[in-house]
Amino acid sequence: MYLSELTSRLADGFLVTLQLLGWSMLIATVLGTALAAMRVSPIPPLRALGVSYVNVFRNTPLVVLFLITVVGLPELNLLTGSFFWRAVTALSMYTAAFVCEVVRSGINTVQVGQAEAARSVGLTFTQTLRHVVLPQAFRNVIPPLASVYIALTKNTSVASAFGILDLTYQLSDLIEDFPGSLYWNFISIAACYILIVAVISGAAALFERRVGVSR
Amino acid sequence: MAASNQSAAAPTGMNVAVGEPLVRMHGVNKYFGSLHVLQDIDLTVDRGEVVVVIGPSGSGKSTLCRTINRLETVDSGTIELDGQPLPAEGKGLARLRADVGMVFQAFNLFAHKTVLDNVTLGPIKAKGEKKADAERHAMELLERVGVSNQVNKYPPQLSGGQQQRVAIARALAMRPKVMLFDEPTSALDPEMIKEVLDVMTALAEEGMTMVVVTHEMGFARRAAHRVVFMDEGQIVEEATPEAFFTDAQSTRAQDFLSKILTH
Ligand SMILES: Nc1ncnc2c1ncn2[C@@H]1O[C@H](COP(=O)(O)OP(=O)(O)OP(=O)(O)O)[C@@H](O)[C@H]1O
Ligand SMILES: [Mg+2]
Repeated sequence: MYLSELTSRLADGFLVTLQLLGWSMLIATVLGTALAAMRVSPIPPLRALGVSYVNVFRNTPLVVLFLITVVGLPELNLLTGSFFWRAVTALSMYTAAFVCEVVRSGINTVQVGQAEAARSVGLTFTQTLRHVVLPQAFRNVIPPLASVYIALTKNTSVASAFGILDLTYQLSDLIEDFPGSLYWNFISIAACYILIVAVISGAAALFERRVGVSR
Repeated sequence: MAASNQSAAAPTGMNVAVGEPLVRMHGVNKYFGSLHVLQDIDLTVDRGEVVVVIGPSGSGKSTLCRTINRLETVDSGTIELDGQPLPAEGKGLARLRADVGMVFQAFNLFAHKTVLDNVTLGPIKAKGEKKADAERHAMELLERVGVSNQVNKYPPQLSGGQQQRVAIARALAMRPKVMLFDEPTSALDPEMIKEVLDVMTALAEEGMTMVVVTHEMGFARRAAHRVVFMDEGQIVEEATPEAFFTDAQSTRAQDFLSKILTH
């Protein structure tokens, strides 16, 4: 009875956590990279916008962002949509600030001569970033980027407090319904998070090795 | 100062007539903070002409070269390429840069791309050439500079001389109107200098318009129509290589030559 209930709830929660993680990772990476591009752009207002974004979203507690996207903005009819997407919004906006800083540090490791050579063959600023600078920047920041994604994995658990049925939500449910199996509840949920983190670290290590070959 | 007509004495092997002005710098000034790196520079480079820029370290040679494709902005004065003033920013500037090939002292090959992809990136992305066409042209150029058997290698796997020849092919792939070389052999071991200079000499003989910052006297004598001597941000003297090396007029040039010719 307990075992079948545990596995089915774990499976449900795991799927929701993966969806939160997948969407937030995707959006945060795209947004964070765009912000990093803004921060190195030759246009001062864009740079200022990038800096302000990072300052605001990196320094706001994640729970506060959730309160804003889940409760505050819908109250003003600004962000409608399901709780799931409101949670993804909070997670993405928050994580994008960290992705931006990591990518920007990666851009700074790429020798300035690379961008000059790209501009010399007629590439525009955006093409230079996209084809020459960013591919090299990402290679140089695989470990810190993986850390950002691992932090994001754990941060998805905040969504449980806002009624998203993720792994952590399932944990509190299980504790309530099966207080006698307290340890098993904790261990199995922890194992699920560890599995996700292990996959991220493994993928990062694999990428790093692949990139090392071509250097 | 406007010495474009001094260039009539073509060196041996020239098969293209020296023509109308292609690069025209007029009254160009540039500061780095309080340092006046370019002072009232007037320089005209004609189509098909090879100009060697020479001078002590810090005299502004690199900066001069880099203003021609606007890797450095200028504070005053005008620079024209083929009769058009340099655009300030954006797509127009990118288009202009496509017409100006640049070869750097440090090669600056794209580290994450193969030799072939290094050469085709510009033509494909900036000019919209088809991949197959760009690759065919790239192979021709790589053959010409003698590295066609290395096309699938990455830059760090090549010797310095090979990297610089790939960099020349990469610039030529854009079919530029003028080629700029900023000390292209200074980072090379002596045995590799010749292979790069040979490629440059051949290019000069084919009639490419070139501005070359170099201290290679042999190359200047062999390929240049004109030597421009810079010191402290000014063009101090312009002459044919023959006249400059045997009979420099200014004391600054004489000083400089006595220093570099004694070792
Ligand atoms: N980005 C920069 N910021 C500040 N100063 C600079 C910058 N680039 C060059 N300079 C200074 O401008 C002066 C001219 O530099 P430039 O590189 O044009 O000289 P150069 O003649 O090419 O010297 P070298 O033979 O050493 O290459 C030097 O004093 C240099 O220190
Ligand atoms: Mg220099």
